[in-house]
Order: sequence, then C-alpha cells, then structure tokens
Amino acid sequence: MSHVTRETLAAAAKRDLEAILQRGKPLTPKERLAIVPQEMPTQDPQVRRRTMSEVALGYTAEQSRLESLRCLQCRNAPCVEGCPVRIDIPAFVKAAGEGDIQAAIGIIKRNSLLPSVCGRVCPQETQCQENCTVGKALKDTAKAVAVGRIERFVADWEREQGKALPPSVKPETGRKVAVIGTGPASITVAADVRREGHQVVMFEAFHKPGGVMVYGIPEFRLPKRIVEAEISALQAMGVEVRTNFVIGRTRKLRDLLDKDGFDAAFVGTGAGLPKFMGIEGENLVGVFSANEYLTRVNLMKAHDFERADTPIFRSRVVAVLGGGNVAMDAARTAVRLGAEAVHIVYRRTEKEMPARIEEVGHAKEEGVIFHLLENAKRIVGDEQGLVTGMECLRYELGEPDASGRRRPVEVKGSEFIMPVDTVIVAIGNDSNPLIPRTTGGLQVTKWGNIIVDDTGKTSIDRIYAGGDIVLGAATVILAMGEGRRAAASINALLKG
Amino acid sequence: MNAPPFPAIIPGYYRYSYRLILMNRILSKTQLSDDVFMMKVEAPLIARERLPGQFIILQINNDFGERIPLTIADADAEQGWIAIIFQTVGRTTHLLAEKNVGDTIESVLGPLGHPTHIERVGTVVCVGGGIGVAPLHPIVKGMKAAGNRVIVIMGARTKSLLIMEEQMRALADELIICTDDGSCGRKALVTEPLKEICGREPKPACVVAIGPPIMMKFCAEATRPFGVRTLVSLNTIMIDGTGMCGGCRVTVGGETKFVCVDGPEFDGHKVDFDNMMKRLKAYRRQEEHAHEQCHLEQAARQKGAAVA
Repeated sequence: MSHVTRETLAAAAKRDLEAILQRGKPLTPKERLAIVPQEMPTQDPQVRRRTMSEVALGYTAEQSRLESLRCLQCRNAPCVEGCPVRIDIPAFVKAAGEGDIQAAIGIIKRNSLLPSVCGRVCPQETQCQENCTVGKALKDTAKAVAVGRIERFVADWEREQGKALPPSVKPETGRKVAVIGTGPASITVAADVRREGHQVVMFEAFHKPGGVMVYGIPEFRLPKRIVEAEISALQAMGVEVRTNFVIGRTRKLRDLLDKDGFDAAFVGTGAGLPKFMGIEGENLVGVFSANEYLTRVNLMKAHDFERADTPIFRSRVVAVLGGGNVAMDAARTAVRLGAEAVHIVYRRTEKEMPARIEEVGHAKEEGVIFHLLENAKRIVGDEQGLVTGMECLRYELGEPDASGRRRPVEVKGSEFIMPVDTVIVAIGNDSNPLIPRTTGGLQVTKWGNIIVDDTGKTSIDRIYAGGDIVLGAATVILAMGEGRRAAASINALLKG
Repeated sequence: MNAPPFPAIIPGYYRYSYRLILMNRILSKTQLSDDVFMMKVEAPLIARERLPGQFIILQINNDFGERIPLTIADADAEQGWIAIIFQTVGRTTHLLAEKNVGDTIESVLGPLGHPTHIERVGTVVCVGGGIGVAPLHPIVKGMKAAGNRVIVIMGARTKSLLIMEEQMRALADELIICTDDGSCGRKALVTEPLKEICGREPKPACVVAIGPPIMMKFCAEATRPFGVRTLVSLNTIMIDGTGMCGGCRVTVGGETKFVCVDGPEFDGHKVDFDNMMKRLKAYRRQEEHAHEQCHLEQAARQKGAAVA
C-alpha cells in the first residue's frame, strides 16, 4: 500500500466537503454511504521508522466533518452497545458533522474522561465500529464510521484550543479517598470522586504518573504530553498526586484507612507482572519482557542515547514473541532503535491476533516481519550468556479451544533455528502480587486478580478495585468503565 | 490547600506538587574511601517502614536519570532518615557523590523487597564484602537484638576500603577482618574463616553473605559441604523495583525469580550465580563508556571552576 500524504488527503476532503455543503440540502442515507471513508493521515513509513513522534497525525477539520457525515444516525445506535462506557456516539458524531466541535466533545465527556487517549488506543474495530451499520452496509468493518478518529479530533481540538476546562468540584465534604495507581482506571476514579467534593490522593510507585499510558504505550502511538495534560487537569481539580510511593511497602493499604484517615481506597494497580514462556534460555542476556523493553524507552527515554542515563540493548536482529498490541509496540520500538530486522513470532494466525488491525498494519508498513504459526521452543546463547538464536517450531491450526479460537498444534520435527540477538517476550502480564501479599484478608483469584462484587468492592470494606488488577490485562476503555463503577460505589458509600 | 488556577496545559506542572511532600534532603555526607560515600537522607516514610534486608530505588533526574537500587545501611524512624552507602561506579552514583548536604534527591522509592527473616536461632555468621557491609549492618543489628550470637566476617581488597568497622565491632560478638593484601586483619578471602567457623561444634545455625556476586557464590560453596543454611542478598539490574519489568530475574533452584518482589534474599545454595553475573554485564559496554564520560565531565567542570 503506497503512502498518501496528509496534504493529499486534506485537499480531497476539503473538495468533497465543500461540494456537500454547497448543495444546502440534507444528505440521503445513500449519499452518506457514498462519501469516501476518510483515511487517517500518517507519517511516511520510511521517515517514521527513525522517529518516536506520533505515527497517526490526526484528521483535519474537513476530514472530521466529512467522516461524521457518513453516520446514518441509526435510532437503535448499535455502536453505543459496543462501547464499554456507552458514549452517545450518534449524538457526538452528529455535532461533529455539523462542525460544532465544542458540542461534540461535551457529549463524549459525559461518559468518557480520556477521549484523547481512547480516540488513539481503543480497539474500535471490535467495539463501536464493529456494530456500525455503515460498515455492515459496505460489507467491511474497516469502512465503518471512524468513531475513534473523530473522537480523537474533537478531543485534540479542545485541548489545543485551551478549552478543556476541568470538571467543576462540589464543596469540600471533608472525606478522604486514596487511589492506588495512576493509570486509566485510577484517573477515572480520582476525577469522579473528586467531583463530589471528596479529597483525593493518588499514589504512584514510579516517578511519573500515568501508569501504562506512560511506561507501556509508546510515544509514537500516544504522545506523553496528552497524558500529562490529563494529570494536570486532575491536579487543577485539587487531586493530589504522590509519586515514588508504593502502597504495600511505603505504606500498607490497611494503614491508609486505619491510621492515615482515609475513608475509602481504590486499587487500580494494573497487570504489572510480566509472564515468561518458561522455556530454556529465557534468562540469557538479550531476553527481555516487553514491559522492561518498553519502560526503558518510554519512561526512561533510553532511545535518546545522548541524554538518557538508562541503557538499552543495541540489537541487530530481534524476535518478539506474542501477537497483541504490546508485541506490536515492542517490535515497532525495536525498529526505531535501529534494529536491522524485527520479527514477530506468533503461534496462531493473523486472524487470531489480539492486536488492533491498525497496529498490525502499521508494523508491516514499518518493515516488521511476521512469522505466523510458529513458536519459540528454546533460546540459545554463547558462552558469555548472550542470545545467539531461538529454536522455533511450526504449528498448524487444529480444533477450536475454550476461547473459540482454533487451537494451534505443533508440527512434529519442524524445529529450526532463527538467528537473533534479542528476544522480547510479549505474551501478557499477570497481576502484581504486592498489594494482595501485604494486605491481609484481600481475596484474589488463583491468577492473583483481586475479586470484587458488582459494585467494585473487594472482600474488605471500604476498599474497591478495578482495571487490569481485576480484569487481567485488558484495555484502557475497560479500565475506565471499571473505574466509573467503583467511583459511583465510593461516592454512594461516602454519602451515607 | 486550594486548587491552583487551572492551567490548560503546563507540561511538567504536576511535578511540583509532590516535591513539597518528599524532599529527600541530604542531611550528612561522609567519604568513606576513594570512591565510597555515606549519606543520611531525610526520608521519614521509608525510615518508618523499613526493616533489615530492604532496599530503595533512587533517581537523580526524573527526565533522563536512571533508576538504581541501593541498599539501606541504617535508619532512624524517630528522626526520619535513612543512610545509604554507595560506590561511584555509574553515572547516577557519580552525580550523587557530587551532591552536598542540603541538596535534594529527586526520587527515592522504598522500602522495597522482603525484609530479612530474623529470629533467635543461635549463632549467626554475617559475611560482608566491600560495600556489602552496608546492607549487612541492619541485619547484624536485628540478629543481635533477637538474641543471637553474631559472628561478623568483613572483607575488602585493602585496609582503606573497609567500611563500618567501628559499628560492626560494637555489635558483633566476634569480628574477623580479612584483606586481600593483608593490610588489615588476616590476609585471606572471607571464605577461609567462614569454612573454619562452619567446622566448629556446634555449627552456626545460619550464614548471611552480602557482597560482590563472586564472593557470595564462593561463600555458598564454602558452606554447602557443612549443610549450613546460607542466605545471600542479590543486587541486580532493576528499573521499577515493584515486579513490573522482570529485568532483575535470576534462576533459583531452576525457577525464575524476581529479585525485587521475591527477594532480594535467596537461598545461596540454589542461586545460579553464573547466570546472574552474566546478566549483570548486559550493559557493560555502555556503562564503561558512561563511566569514562563522567570522569571527563567532572574534570572539565573542575577545570572550568579553576579558570573562573
């Protein structure tokens, strides 16, 4: 696929929009379906392979309006059903189509707190856009109304215009809530609880707040200034953020409630314990968890060889194990750090890959090589303990398993060695055991996820939890939905 | 506190609110040898919670600085300070050594890791090599307070590199000093007296060894034939220190463990030291370059100061 420049896309959109506006009469559904789906302008793949700056450049004003006009305004709004936080999608898209960006963002913000983030990282193709009537009519989910891109445009517009006012805060109630973690679930809880006039203190173990949005998701997918703006907005509401503070160690969770005067606590510490394959050679030098690799670059800025003190392994040939968004992020980061070849090794096929289609596409455009139906058997190294290669096995698809996906079955005797000097393991995360281990009476599943009831409450009174620590590794939007629910419960608790 | 007037976007704005809470001010600084320093740092929250065996993670510059694990040599919960002892080996420790009393450290996180399991077991041998004596100090204190008889073996290359000798002498029931060159105490490696003590009747109940990996490896080998339980405290490469990155993983008894959340103490007889030592060298080339750069910059600064 050849790269189309932003200028070309902008000019085409401008021309098409003017033609529609000049007619001065409402569009028929057939005409709406005939509007060209607006492509997301991106940096040229050859250029972006060497820079950390954001790949997707965002719609122009005309593109946003034009794309919004493709919406049929279905009465039953199937898109809303697909949205974990039930944004009134037809309403905000309608406003965006009329060019009333302020109204559009206002509608989104009734349900979502992080539209700039979600517009970028939500898996829309399996949520709102999967159900879109336009996509169905055109027999292609990729041709559904690009709800996420419009959301991103209106949210960015608001921020860039300096019009993002913090939500108003009710008079102080004198009640105090601790929020553990500063990722998406925690940000949501902090905002919703603070709005009701309760004092909120957020605790972050790292030196910068934002959780996975800061250490995990790379700059080229989610610029850090956006996350900083969200945190600044919380602080402007009066939320206090304490960094370098690890609950369970710097202070026990129960002590916050029993000794420090907090009335309730929310645990949103995420799924932060990287899984490994458990294969031979996994502790050789040159094998990293995706968490480590990405944190070195995103949080510690190791890609800035001149200024950063944190080193990063200088790889020539990299294999990334896994097929999710994190695997794509790690592979694309390795490309940007100058690796000669980057391979994704995934034991199923592309159809089963949990990564967003767009991310898989971007990775391919940037030259990442995909090895499907293959998996690592062991990692081999030299006498200094450095990785020299990875022994792989080929797979074929067998009968469907419990997840409904066809189970990959290994092909006997298909072993082969892939010469690599770096292996990045991106097969998911378990939940971090620090809080359950240091909080007596906190019930967890056998996988270590905190058990909550349908109000988000844990087995301990006044302690709530949500996000990946409850769900297992999931998405920003699901974490936000969890946060909303817990915040509502906390607010109800403190009211009584 | 009133909410500040809303700034739409002020990059880095959020940094200022927490500095007020956690200043991490340096209260005292002592140079223990050519490249070893001790600092007392104001850290009331860590001082309150920390127990022997735990460590901190420190960072000088929140934008481009590295996060490094450092052991806690001492602490006072009443006065709200912790003491750290460090050797200038990388960029962060060099920058830290240039700081003075009254300066602050941007990030100090802790206390991290499992505390040492301390109980009355009888005779405990505590072996410290180089600056490994620093984290050993609170363990010796704790073991002593629990009612154990504590034998301390301290080792260093030469006399000038021995640290905390006085403190150890005050605590230990028996203190054995070894230097490689014989400039102080016995001219021997720490494993020599360790083997002798393990041969005594009754055998010591437990050995705690902290120091360079190679020393811990040979301490474990020394005690193995005697079947004396031997704890080692590992100091590996780390980023977050809370279990998130897995950079600190080691092989213990054939299983992968994270030093930050499963450790830092492990059964020395089960640790794969060879793998650990190889992993510690992962960034050797970049580290050597950074070290060289540090000294060049330092020299340039001193030259500049002399000219001015």
